[in-house]
Amino acid sequence: MTADLLTHVLRQGDRALVLSHRLAQWITHAPTLEEDVALANISLDLLGQARHLFTYAGEIEGKGHDEDHFAYWRDAAEFRNPLLVEQPNGDFAVTIARQVFHDQAALLYWESMTESTDATLAALAARARNETAFHLQHSAGWLIRLGDGTDESQRRAQAGVDAMWPFTLELLGADDEGALRADGLIGGSIETAWRAAVAGTLLEAGLRTPTEAHQRAGGIHGTHSEHLEPLLEEMQQLARAHPGASW
Amino acid sequence: MNQAHFDALIEADERIEPDDWMPDDYRNALVRQIAQHAHSEIIGMQPEGEWITRAPSLRRKAILTAKVQDEAGHGLYLYGAAESLGTPRSELLDRLHTKTQKYSSIFNYPTPEWADIGAIGWLVDGAAIMNQVPLCRCSYGPYGRAMVRICKEESFHQRQGYQIMLSLSQGTPEQQAMAQRALDRWWWPSIMMFGPPDSDSPNTGRSMAWGIKRFTNDELRQNFVDATVPQAELLGLTPPDNALVWNAERGHYDFGEPDWDEFARMVRGEGEIPDVRIGVRRAAHDEGDWVRKAAAAYAGKRDARSAA
Repeated sequence: MTADLLTHVLRQGDRALVLSHRLAQWITHAPTLEEDVALANISLDLLGQARHLFTYAGEIEGKGHDEDHFAYWRDAAEFRNPLLVEQPNGDFAVTIARQVFHDQAALLYWESMTESTDATLAALAARARNETAFHLQHSAGWLIRLGDGTDESQRRAQAGVDAMWPFTLELLGADDEGALRADGLIGGSIETAWRAAVAGTLLEAGLRTPTEAHQRAGGIHGTHSEHLEPLLEEMQQLARAHPGASW
Repeated sequence: MNQAHFDALIEADERIEPDDWMPDDYRNALVRQIAQHAHSEIIGMQPEGEWITRAPSLRRKAILTAKVQDEAGHGLYLYGAAESLGTPRSELLDRLHTKTQKYSSIFNYPTPEWADIGAIGWLVDGAAIMNQVPLCRCSYGPYGRAMVRICKEESFHQRQGYQIMLSLSQGTPEQQAMAQRALDRWWWPSIMMFGPPDSDSPNTGRSMAWGIKRFTNDELRQNFVDATVPQAELLGLTPPDNALVWNAERGHYDFGEPDWDEFARMVRGEGEIPDVRIGVRRAAHDEGDWVRKAAAAYAGKRDARSAA
């Protein structure tokens, strides 16, 4: 059970860290200064969630590892984030589509986790749920603006949705967490609620919900796309050049 | 009448507000100064932003992200203050992108090592605070009020930068050497941030009379050196100036003459970095064009729907 819980917490922490990192890559490149501020803000919230989750992972694991150990000293194959969040930023529409899919899943996840029998996760969920509600307001608001904006923005928004759709099934829960569910540590499936909510957003944006195309998965089991390794290499390079140093 | 009212407000050290009459020269001098300040904030995001993805701990990554985010926010307040003088943000960004307006040349120095992030916070933000605190009393209300908020945030940044330097200087020999290299790189550029010597600063007299500027370049430079040298000592680091010595008679540090030829080259925008900085800005702006158009089109449709 401890091993299952550790895996679950790392899946969530890695998801938050990797997406935080992707959003940070937008800073100084965003379409407006307001978006530089907004994307940095969401990136910071996710980073904060990741830090809490990694600290808790260290406690569960019991080997004295701190938050930085999990971020800087594991290789790609040890990361357990879903493939969606490691996908490159693409244009603003790709980033927004990725974010809507993620935020909707994260919101449902954290809402369910407020009732977790794990007190640490339940406490974190209470805060993360509120943060995520704001993130979804931002991302869904943009998807609707892009979908209902100009011809070009609608075309790009649909292309973003189509490009990110194959990575969505993996967001909706793992197939190996039955024991955690049975003990009330995590909640039930979010799939039905996610599909309904995302279909509603896409409808409002005037965008087509993709039909069940070929789905890609594996990140939550450590099998990643080619995009995670370069991301980690950049992130970890300096820390790994100075083992044992404190900053 | 208008001129007399303006002169009386300046004389009484009161604020000029957007709707008050003001001389064209005053308005133009302010737009120029506020725009250059705003441009400096958003260009200054780049050398530091490059390190967010490489920060060596999650705590440092969070602090640096928040700092760069603050700088974008400062850009927003300042462009807002300039707009209140009748010049829209889009126009000022065009002037930045076409290099017809400048930003602080301090951001044309490279940041090859993590310690540069510490040195920028400690020295560059420290110098910026010295320059900017007097601007909180600027005669133009919106600028002065924006500066109050900006200075509060800058002083956090300065402390955070110093903390980076402190961690490095108490760290491994490699980290200590990295900290000294960063001080060597950033000392003189920071000293030059106060601008040319008073004897060679054509706008100072008028800006002081109008209450846009409160201290001369050389006065601020001396304050900076006096405040910073003891901080360097505390870090066990040595500023790269052989002439630096405490002068008990003056009650100030004496220090060497900066390389004003280098300053002039930097102000002229020589070297490769200015093109990189403007290139990044222009690319962000150009690639964001369809997004801004989409937002405008959506807002138009929504207004039309709610009017119907």
